[in-house]
Amino acid sequence: MRGAFVMHGARWLSGEALVRLLVLLAALALLVVGLLFPLASMLVKSLQDRAGDFVGLANFARYVQTPALVGSIVNSLTVALTSTALVVGLAFLCAYGITRTCMPGKRLFRMLAVLPILAPSLLPAISLVYLFGNQGWFREVLMGQSIYGPIGIVLGMCFWIFPHALMILTTALSTSDARLYEAAEALGTPKWRSFLTITLPGARYGLISCAFVVFTLAITDFGVPKIIGGQFSVLATDVYRQVVGQQNFQMGAVVSVILLLPALASFVVDRWIQRRQVAQLSARAVPWRPTPSPLRDWAFAGLCYAVGAAILLVIGTAIYASLVQFWPYNLSLTLEHYAFEMLAGGGWASWFNSLKLAFSVALIGTLVIFFNAWLIEKSDGYRVLRQGLHFLAMLPMAVPGMVLGLAYIFFFNQAGNPLNWLYGTLAILVLNTLVHFYTVCHLTSVTALKQLDPEFEAVGASLKVPFWVTFRRVTLPVSLPAVLDISVYLFVNAMTTVSAVVFLYTSDTRLASVAVMHLDEAGYFASAAAMAVLIFFTSLAVKLAHAALSHLLLTRAQAWRQAG
Amino acid sequence: MSPFTRSLLGGAVALAMTTAAQATTELTVYTAVESDDLQKYAERFNEAHPEIEINWVRDSTGVITARLLAEKDNPQADVVWGLAATSLLVLEEEGMLARYAPEGVEALDPKFVDPAARDGQDPAWVGMDAWVAAICYNTIEGERQGVPMPTSWEDLTRPEYQGQVIMPNPSSSGTGYLDVASWMQLWGEEGAWDYMDRLHDNIARYTHSGSAPCNLAASGEAVVGVSFAFRGARLKSQGAPVEVIFPEEGLGWDMEAAAIIEGGDNREAAETLLDWAVSREANALYNEGYAVVAYPGVAQPIDNYPEDIAERMIDADFAWAANHRDRLLEEWQRRYDGKSDSQ
Repeated sequence: MRGAFVMHGARWLSGEALVRLLVLLAALALLVVGLLFPLASMLVKSLQDRAGDFVGLANFARYVQTPALVGSIVNSLTVALTSTALVVGLAFLCAYGITRTCMPGKRLFRMLAVLPILAPSLLPAISLVYLFGNQGWFREVLMGQSIYGPIGIVLGMCFWIFPHALMILTTALSTSDARLYEAAEALGTPKWRSFLTITLPGARYGLISCAFVVFTLAITDFGVPKIIGGQFSVLATDVYRQVVGQQNFQMGAVVSVILLLPALASFVVDRWIQRRQVAQLSARAVPWRPTPSPLRDWAFAGLCYAVGAAILLVIGTAIYASLVQFWPYNLSLTLEHYAFEMLAGGGWASWFNSLKLAFSVALIGTLVIFFNAWLIEKSDGYRVLRQGLHFLAMLPMAVPGMVLGLAYIFFFNQAGNPLNWLYGTLAILVLNTLVHFYTVCHLTSVTALKQLDPEFEAVGASLKVPFWVTFRRVTLPVSLPAVLDISVYLFVNAMTTVSAVVFLYTSDTRLASVAVMHLDEAGYFASAAAMAVLIFFTSLAVKLAHAALSHLLLTRAQAWRQAG
Repeated sequence: MSPFTRSLLGGAVALAMTTAAQATTELTVYTAVESDDLQKYAERFNEAHPEIEINWVRDSTGVITARLLAEKDNPQADVVWGLAATSLLVLEEEGMLARYAPEGVEALDPKFVDPAARDGQDPAWVGMDAWVAAICYNTIEGERQGVPMPTSWEDLTRPEYQGQVIMPNPSSSGTGYLDVASWMQLWGEEGAWDYMDRLHDNIARYTHSGSAPCNLAASGEAVVGVSFAFRGARLKSQGAPVEVIFPEEGLGWDMEAAAIIEGGDNREAAETLLDWAVSREANALYNEGYAVVAYPGVAQPIDNYPEDIAERMIDADFAWAANHRDRLLEEWQRRYDGKSDSQ
């Protein structure tokens, strides 16, 4: 009797283990097919000639011998480093204002500071033309310099990347131990000294990590330089021009490989730093609370409000631009530019496609990524597989959108590929976008899962409940806030991204963000602004719905969090 | 792929497929026709053939050409309707065009039909209309900034135009490439490069599309935009403060043409579309935007076009322009692309 029970239990367990193995393999397959294989095809392509014969490094040699192409490396580094310095500096000051002063209106500023994320990076570039172009309101500020070029690119990048930097630095600065400051004060240390010896070192990992994130975003962004770069080529626009203009896929692959290098390098350094980071807050730490200091508080408030005003100005300009009849000669207002049907870019259908894509990615992506993170984090056995999966999950962050999009053409459009049928469907856009934004969602999932007691799984296992039931009935509901965060992140990014999908859309799957670019290319600047504004308000609506839903969940279903 | 992904991806695909399966026959048509006219093209065609629904993929000439080449092994397009003849010649060289003699093709001006037709073969492509280089000049900004109205290509290299001229990048823009190719044919290669070197000093920037320079001139971002007659005439009719100028040395042009892509699933519908594309009716439609069309005797004069435009067009050699496209674009890129002192 007893023996029979054990036998039965063992057989049942091995069944579950088999499912676990299969699911893990499926998760791995997703990232291998959606990331590794395409990148490999791209590497191969960069070593081939037009006919597809292996030519070694000949393409790279040709690249090095073309001054216009090599110049883009310097250009890319220049704008990326300048943007990094500006954004990190500004975001640090603002984050300091939020976390270390009693400045008024913190909540309002934090809300304003999130807005740029909701718009495609094309939007600030369009606004900058209206603000600083030859007919712009503030063109004198540039003192004869053209906005089309490095100045415009850097300004556009700063707008678009600022929220990312602010979030990282606010987190980095909000963990502080009041005991250190008290000790410093007791020893008579001047304020500036305790800033240099306590605040900065405490935030150094956050700062370094932030610098790398900003640098990666800046060097890989396509939208801003595409619209406002003028004759100033950067690597991302070179990929596009090589592929789309010159029909030179091999050179596109070469530039992609080069664009991959700085992103990959900053990825490696960032990983290395993350590993060295030790816990700031010991259990005994006392959170530091700022005390009011009118002069300091208002100085930081002034700076933050100025940044907030600049953000509103850029967005407001885009909205205004979308409503003016014929700028600058006829300033009467009209909704005509929202009638996209007669123009380039696919009209309102492209907006519906974007919605379809964004909802699909949000739904599928959230479930898949969270489930995979859970497999890595909460299951035992298959250590190598789980580590491999984690590494693959971290990798997309280092792969620029342009590179991923082009890699998808190379891989999925091979005649012999059994997945060839995906090419030209909405599904390939879903897969591409899911993989493109995988890492941040993965990290959010892991963070949320680490907060959960491993006992859940242990109890589930001892009650002989299969792991998927534990996942569905315990882990998923309990992690709902993080899951919602992931889904809204995926939604907004699917709505706004242009870099990867620009190579993959077809007549049935034209997207709103790509339409913005096409409208601008064709010279319908007001309609380009209108489409960008439409994307912005769509993301904003979803974001607001998300905020309301999270609030509801936190107050009702998640009451245990407050209590515990 | 996890089970979640598989079922949900499948769902997404099914969704995409149902939305695309309503009409009897669907044709995927790649085009570089100006988008403001695209819907009109489909509507007129559907009046005669309601059973065929057109799915447009529209972009600049260079982009559409690139896409077609990229998809060579796995063609997505059934028909190309409205792409530069120089690009179609490149595709023909790659063996991507299906030969077909549309019903009534004999009626077209032979200049507008694939020369192979003269040797008794079925043509690989048929012409529609000519699109012609022109300069757009903003009269308000010109007066305000003291930049005179140019009358010739040569004028644009004069010092008073420094930083005031915008032209399309020939890599992506069919208009840009027809400018380069026509200057080559007007002045020889050396003369053309010399001209472009001097012109480059006055260029504010090179744009992606051929319409953009004229649009930018119309909105005062530039004084002078090197563009094409259709866009200039259209903007002027819409009330933009632009003058459309036809330079005195001669007008470069390229032909918009149509062809069937080899290996498509909808061959019959594709042939129906091509039959219609060479019809008198279709040519009257092309004439609403373009002064010179393939069907003799159809063209009526259009607003803001000179009456003698046909005489002022150069004797363009498309085969030459197509055969040297790669080389000329590469040289152009070497000389002018990413040269940041040109801002």
